Amino acid sequence: MEIDPFIFRLSIFILSIFVGYYVVWSVTPSLHTPLMSVTNAISSVIIVGAIIASLAGTNLSVFNQSSIFGFLAIVLAAINIFGGFLVTQRMLAMYKKKKKDKK
Amino acid sequence: MISANLLAIFYLISGILFILALRGLSSPETSRQGNLFGIIGMAIAVTVTFLSIDNFSSGFFYVILFLLIGGSIGAFIAFKIPMTAMPELVAGFHSLVGLAAVFVAISAFISPEVFNLGTSGNIKLASLIEMSIGAAVGAITFSGSIIAFLKLRGLMSGSPITFPGQHILNLLILISIIILTYFLCLNQSSNFFWSLIAISFLVGFLLIIPIGGADMPVVISMLNSYSGWAAAGIGFTLENTALIITGALVGSSGAILSYIMCKGMNRSFFNVILGGFGGTDQTLSKTSKEQKPVKSGNADDAAFLMKNASSVIIVPGYGMAVAQAQHALREMVDSLKKNGVKVSYAIHPVAGRMPGHMNVLLAEANVPYDEVFELEEINNDFANCDVAYVIGANDVTNPVAKTDPQSPIYGMPVLDVEKSKSVLFVKRSLSPGYAGIDNDLFYRDNTLMLFADAKKMTEDIIKNL
Repeated sequence: MEIDPFIFRLSIFILSIFVGYYVVWSVTPSLHTPLMSVTNAISSVIIVGAIIASLAGTNLSVFNQSSIFGFLAIVLAAINIFGGFLVTQRMLAMYKKKKKDKK
Repeated sequence: MISANLLAIFYLISGILFILALRGLSSPETSRQGNLFGIIGMAIAVTVTFLSIDNFSSGFFYVILFLLIGGSIGAFIAFKIPMTAMPELVAGFHSLVGLAAVFVAISAFISPEVFNLGTSGNIKLASLIEMSIGAAVGAITFSGSIIAFLKLRGLMSGSPITFPGQHILNLLILISIIILTYFLCLNQSSNFFWSLIAISFLVGFLLIIPIGGADMPVVISMLNSYSGWAAAGIGFTLENTALIITGALVGSSGAILSYIMCKGMNRSFFNVILGGFGGTDQTLSKTSKEQKPVKSGNADDAAFLMKNASSVIIVPGYGMAVAQAQHALREMVDSLKKNGVKVSYAIHPVAGRMPGHMNVLLAEANVPYDEVFELEEINNDFANCDVAYVIGANDVTNPVAKTDPQSPIYGMPVLDVEKSKSVLFVKRSLSPGYAGIDNDLFYRDNTLMLFADAKKMTEDIIKNL
């Protein structure tokens, strides 16, 4: 008897939920806003689906009904990836410790 | 072109790098490195996807083009956005993830053969269900986030919009989504697919309009979670490990944040989602109110009190963000420190409009993060503190939450501000806060009300120090 590949994906999914659960509980509350912006950026890995979808066309017709949605999704996901990571970077750069030399 | 197995391994690596990105956020020192891991993970995922494509059509050029267009827009926004606008930015970003998920699902529905999901009109049943879930959740995320964005941006009233039969309507729509999915699986007609998406857009809209402004921390976290589940749904459809792992991570992250926010208000998740909180049940507390004496003071009094204190605790809230008072506040603290006063900051979990909102604003104003404390860490210190300076917070300091079981906020964890020797409460008027109830703190003997705009008052205090 063979196991359906779906079951493997489901296992990955459920284990990842547990990993996420423990990792996120250890995030310090003061970094909850960067947490949201970085999760935003990484969930835009959906761009891999968009890239595959956008190359559905042939050389003759790059833009067909299906690939147009792919291209649109690429733009949206790219905004998120660049915007998400950069704004996180900007926020994290502001978190500073007390300066030792200051009284 | 690389083999499918190698591709899967690379996707696994990006998944792991994303886990490390979140792990890095456990402390500010490791967080920047974590963000770098996230960027590398994303770069790997995108690169190997390019490598997996065997026929490079001219479409490839457009992929790069659109990637650069989106990337420049994103980078532009990221550099230009002021920190006070962070809640609406995050809501806006969520809507994009949701819409991208919908678009990918549509594309997969139109040309399933591109993704190896069967042929049009004859899509594998499991893929069809996964696709529907991805599209529906994505659509809900999109329209819900748009409403949240409009409310946070102030383009739409932050007060809850309710109408009779609202919950029944939502329930009926949810049932119709399930029925539509069933029929879609039965005959694969595109009409059902389009209706499913349209109705899901409607759900997101209806779900968020009854929720008021101060409940936004829960809403944003919830939409964060939804965007993750939408990505995971698409990940199952496309059989892509990176997407499944990421979707699960983001989904559980958002769920945990929602839980923390609900706990910070002592309300159940459903109570928040059903909405309509605040503004409706004032009758409860009206009785105990009426003409109680209030002591009010000016900047001079406040400066005098704080200058002669040995320790001061600052309690910031949403009002500080609205007045953009964080920089003035830090200047005030600097001059207090020069006078030898010990100053720390106390942050309530639901202060502001999103999780961690106050921390980001204080960080922006160069407040060192080791002077900023969470509720549990600092609550006992109020008893030994000379002055509590409440700026823009209200309900989260209300002692009624501890004493009056009749109050709608009874049981909510609050900052024990009233225990400090004196309380300086910066507020424009005596009007009640979001919960629609009177703050008992205003009438305490040790409270001095400072009626003014948060920023202006803080600046005036600096002059008098």
